[in-house]
Amino acid sequence: MTAAETRARNLSIPAPSQITRPALEGVKETMVLNMGPHHPSTHGVLRLVVELDGETVVDVAPDIGYLHTGIEKTMESKTYQKAVVLTDRTDYLAPLSNNLSYVLAVEKLLGCEVPERATVARVLLVELQRIASHLVWLGTHALDLAAMSVFLYGFREREQILDIFELVSGARMMTSYFRVGGLAYDLPAEFDAAVEAFLQIMPGRIDEYEALLTDNPLWIERTQGIGAIDSESAIALGLTGPGLRATGVAWDLRKTMPYCGYETYSFAIPTATHGDIYDRYLVRIAEMRESVSICRQALQRLRDIGPGPYMTLDRKIAPPPKSEITHSMEALIHHFKLWTEGFKPPRGDALAAVESPRGELATYIVSDGSAKPYRVHFRAPSFVNLQSLPHMARGCLVADLVALIASLDPVLGEVDR
Amino acid sequence: MALDNAKVIARLQAALPDAILGSSEFRGDLSVYVRPERIVDVARFLRDDPELRYNFLENLCGVDYLGREPRFEVVYHLLSFANRHRICLKVGVSERDPSVPSLTELWPGANYHERETFDMFGIKFIGHPCLDRILMPEDWEGHPLRKDVPLGAEEVAFTFNQDRIYAHKPFAKE
Repeated sequence: MTAAETRARNLSIPAPSQITRPALEGVKETMVLNMGPHHPSTHGVLRLVVELDGETVVDVAPDIGYLHTGIEKTMESKTYQKAVVLTDRTDYLAPLSNNLSYVLAVEKLLGCEVPERATVARVLLVELQRIASHLVWLGTHALDLAAMSVFLYGFREREQILDIFELVSGARMMTSYFRVGGLAYDLPAEFDAAVEAFLQIMPGRIDEYEALLTDNPLWIERTQGIGAIDSESAIALGLTGPGLRATGVAWDLRKTMPYCGYETYSFAIPTATHGDIYDRYLVRIAEMRESVSICRQALQRLRDIGPGPYMTLDRKIAPPPKSEITHSMEALIHHFKLWTEGFKPPRGDALAAVESPRGELATYIVSDGSAKPYRVHFRAPSFVNLQSLPHMARGCLVADLVALIASLDPVLGEVDR
Repeated sequence: MALDNAKVIARLQAALPDAILGSSEFRGDLSVYVRPERIVDVARFLRDDPELRYNFLENLCGVDYLGREPRFEVVYHLLSFANRHRICLKVGVSERDPSVPSLTELWPGANYHERETFDMFGIKFIGHPCLDRILMPEDWEGHPLRKDVPLGAEEVAFTFNQDRIYAHKPFAKE
């Protein structure tokens, strides 16, 4: 094989039929093993068709679609504001990140300005969301490699974040808290103290997780040097997020193409060099620390800004407050128009990308000038990152495959949408 | 950092004038309409040009403009890590022959995107290594994100109506 052919083979992403067909015809000596869709290590309903030579993985083909619910299609029949709730249900471990990507895209279509208080609150909540999502990743990843206690500790802190989400939005997971133009409600009075308490304990807790894993010989044995990918292949395969940064590419949309005023916060982009499972672990742990720092800065800003509008004052987008409706005819008309028809962005299309815990989450919306989106498409990081799995898995053992899936941190709701 | 939309489109026009059908700008984002048969050339130029360096295929999806000709549009978003710039390429695809060349040669990561677009719109990507359905079941008929496919529910089969439902669902009988 020439170098180009070897490279093409290395970067190929087989479909399940490309592995099962030769196996059924009996033209190969290898064994085909079916993993999932109901398997605890696949983090949802992910099915892997694995071609094995002994215990070594020759090739692997992810088979997805078990959770496909047609969210993109459903959104075409909802008004822009009502479609927000559907975004929660894609990546159910980071609903606020999905909300953000979607509302930013609609706001871009509208050319709508968001009040400072809402933008800062969004940054703060999205960073808490990143920590919560990474805690689930950390817990399940460790659990897959038989380190049970990390899971229990991780979920303890995640619980605290979900309590904060419940405080602001009334829901622990399906928050739908970000709306086009701002936030659904104002931040409650108890918010400051709750976040402060969390930010106080979190750095120490991250040290605790690290004490359990970072220098643990068993953990290192299972993760170091396994499933490595180089930066060139990662870019060719579309890998983003901690997976890409673990290969040494400092590409984080919060820094490189800032949104929500991220350029005004001071934080670092953690990177690593080897691109293996261990490095992805290190990058995510460091990201949690950076997120705590961003949260602290955002909380201080919220205090400096003080109370104020949390929703745009443009009455064509945001409904007027209830107090106005009782004595203003215009307010009543705006309210009625917004809840019966919704707002109508101009014709055009917009893409808004955010750095979700899993990588680049972009929402592409086409507007035909009506009150409902003509087309919504999510560039879902879990979906795209899954393409790197075959490249990483070739030559690994079956047991490493379990660690690999966990290190990619796919959320199947987002993969299938 | 000194890359702006005017410069990108000027450079692209100079290099491949016959492949570009037009361009537009909306909210600061550049969209370029490309002749379908030249999409690979345009993408290769954008990727390999030493000044533009759009090295990352960010997104690829389809849009169905029912009632318009060409009916479908395939939308590509490319990112340049070096210049921190995004470009959107759009390709019109007719209903009679819904096919475009595949970008998997340039970016292996186009694989899933193209399978998804095929699955949802029935647009064929010529040169794709294995254009199977990806999200819908293998035996699904039609392409759900097309505008002429209504939003609807699958009827639940009970004993009193299963014969009628299974009659047009060969796989359910197995």
